[in-house]
Amino acid sequence: MMRLRGFLSELLRYPSAIVGGLVVFLLIAVAIYTLIKIPYREAIRLWRGGEEVWYQNPKYAPPAWLNLFSAKKQPVSFAVNSADGEMEKVITPIDQTLSTIELKYSFDFVYDEFPQDLILYFRSKFNEKSPFVSISWVTPDERSIRIADFGVSRSQTFRFSQDQKLQKRLKTEAVIPALFRAPDAEDPRPLKGTYQLLITATTFEPDTDLDAEFVLHGKLYGLAGTDQYRRDLSLALLWGTPVALAFGLLAALGTSLLTMVIAAVGTWYSGIVDELIQRITEINLVLPFLAILIMVGTFYSRSIWVILGVTILLSIFSGSIKTYRAIFLQLRESPYIEAARAYGASNARIILVYLIPRMIPLLIPSLVSSVPSYVFLEASLAVLGLGDPVLPTWGKVIESAFTDGALYRGLYYWVLEPAALLMVTGLGFAMLGFALDRIFNPRLRDIS
Amino acid sequence: MSTETLSASSLSEKRRVSALGDGTLARVAKYTAVRLVTLFITVVIGVYLTILIANMGGYVDTIMRNEIKYEAAQAVLANPVSRNLPPEVREKLIRERIALEEKRLGLDQPFFIRSLRYLRNALTLNLGYAIFMNSDSGSRQVRLILLERLPATLLLTGTSELILFFSSVFLALSLSRKYGSFWDKLTIALSPTSSAPPWFYGIFFILIFAAVLKVLPFGGIVDVPPPRNPIDYGLSVLKHLILPASSVIVSSFFLSIYNWRTYFLIYSSEDYVEMARAKGLPSRDIERRYILRPTLPTIVTNFALLVISLWTGFTITETVFLWPGLGRTLYQAIGLYDTPVIVGSTIIYAYLLAITVFLLDFIYALIDPRVKIGGESPQ
Repeated sequence: MMRLRGFLSELLRYPSAIVGGLVVFLLIAVAIYTLIKIPYREAIRLWRGGEEVWYQNPKYAPPAWLNLFSAKKQPVSFAVNSADGEMEKVITPIDQTLSTIELKYSFDFVYDEFPQDLILYFRSKFNEKSPFVSISWVTPDERSIRIADFGVSRSQTFRFSQDQKLQKRLKTEAVIPALFRAPDAEDPRPLKGTYQLLITATTFEPDTDLDAEFVLHGKLYGLAGTDQYRRDLSLALLWGTPVALAFGLLAALGTSLLTMVIAAVGTWYSGIVDELIQRITEINLVLPFLAILIMVGTFYSRSIWVILGVTILLSIFSGSIKTYRAIFLQLRESPYIEAARAYGASNARIILVYLIPRMIPLLIPSLVSSVPSYVFLEASLAVLGLGDPVLPTWGKVIESAFTDGALYRGLYYWVLEPAALLMVTGLGFAMLGFALDRIFNPRLRDIS
Repeated sequence: MSTETLSASSLSEKRRVSALGDGTLARVAKYTAVRLVTLFITVVIGVYLTILIANMGGYVDTIMRNEIKYEAAQAVLANPVSRNLPPEVREKLIRERIALEEKRLGLDQPFFIRSLRYLRNALTLNLGYAIFMNSDSGSRQVRLILLERLPATLLLTGTSELILFFSSVFLALSLSRKYGSFWDKLTIALSPTSSAPPWFYGIFFILIFAAVLKVLPFGGIVDVPPPRNPIDYGLSVLKHLILPASSVIVSSFFLSIYNWRTYFLIYSSEDYVEMARAKGLPSRDIERRYILRPTLPTIVTNFALLVISLWTGFTITETVFLWPGLGRTLYQAIGLYDTPVIVGSTIIYAYLLAITVFLLDFIYALIDPRVKIGGESPQ
């Protein structure tokens, strides 16, 4: 306990340790939050979902907070549903069978550009006679525009921009600008103020019900924006956190622990075991690491867990085995090992209880510092198109942005968001590892 | 970089204790022979493993057999003469075609025997023919495919790695002299930036210089269409080289300086350096005679490993920048299941590595008087 407190107070002396530790802590918190909020299956279902899941979002929409930094405000998407009570809904019975349902929604439109589209999704319950709806639109300057009148089926979609009757009535194909602009105005900008959507339905059966979802496809969306399939990028960014942490930490932990155990076994038994380990290390040096990972990804399986296993397998017999070996060689001769041998401790006991624990101070900094390289390795493979087939990860977002030409088309947010997260993760672990290295290896502290 | 250095230098430290001990020549000869045999066996096993993986332990054969079957059937059915033959004859024709094609690709032999033949061909550098890939001149020879991409890779890796190596060694040397200064602290603070790989910086560079500022190209090696005039051509290639090369340099610049600086610091705190300083020797002489001299073996090792790494190219950086180099070729070959190309580039790397490791032993003996070839290793 005292040692831990001493260690912590020493750690706090390094600013890089504080920043790095904070970043790592935050990442872990986000990962846990994500795992609880969006379970694994749900994440995969959403990420692999098509229009039916993501119809509310526009394509290629940058995040909404971009408006804070630009003078020209772009419209932000939203969706409201009368079934969830987000629209005002008034039911007025007229007689035994007839009644009217009035759906009303008012919103402030304060942007300098036109939205992409307005869409209404109707859901109605009736036996034989379908309800009849009429839609109208009230602009801030109190003009009322008739949008459409039709008998609605059980499930129906109405797209403002595609409706030909409305195009004819407004005498233009650009329906959306016409709805948002003052008539005869020179100014090609939308009118700011409160707009109102009014849906009046007449129903012809006693227990008919009607609900509508009103979706405005703006130019911006949410906290992270959307991609080419309308998917909300914040899902991938959130889920990328546990994936990156799991991959980085497991690979780092597996590699360093196994390397250490193998080095300890080799030095303890020496002779042929040691020789064999040395030879395997040299063969491993000849093997092309990245090429083998790409081959495994292409030929066998792209599952992140298979790739993780192969990564660990190829990294165990690396150069660090030699470093550990040199230190174990010294440790082997120390008196406490002699004592353990004298009281008859077994080989396994000496290796696991006496040799390896002595190396933990050396292990921890190198473990923490090696996490970023594995996090980036996963992203690198994803950029080559070998990302996990089902899970959303940061690398896969970068890859899909790249193949879709995001940089050519100025969709910078799409690349920058996952890249920033990767950078923050990498820097966080690297800084923490750096500070730990200085604390655990005082020899370095004297000179640096 | 540091792990590679370690393993290579300890590779060479693995010196056999000479039983004879009489005569330097006998000792060196014996050491050389043992070393060559061990390295050769290492290369053989490494390459055989690559062959096994690249063939998926024989599964690529199944893919190829199916392809052959499909193509044979297609060819026979598409031919107006054979189309009108009775089905049995047609069936026989297809089977003959399949057998012929399988014999041509050596698929009639079991995989194990073929894998040994692959191994023999690879070891004798008989790289053979690619299955699907072509060189730009239309050849199927693996040698030509690889040679054609070599200049592009060497241009990128050579420029970036050499600039990186020499600038970091020299900057580190001057930093080690005044450690604790502002620049020294800045380097330490920035060294975590090297946790990101080159392609990662590449993305940022493309964004800044190609997409926003529009001063440099997004990727590729030369303008389209390529300029006729050789000088314009060279300038165009240089312009395309700037972004990929600088992303490689930036991604390991600070860590590289930091590592060298720490390494030089260890040596500059030796007693004999203090002594020289006390004698009032100019710092340039101290650097050259007392710091660079004992660190030379490490510098040489790193340089040698760097030269080998030039051969492999940067697969992902080349992919991001659409640079037509070897790394990208290897990636494409894997995507096409083109085993000969994969094995070809692996065997060349393995040989280069083995030769370098072997030569380093002798170079150490030349530049470091403490090292004796085949002598007892100082444990």
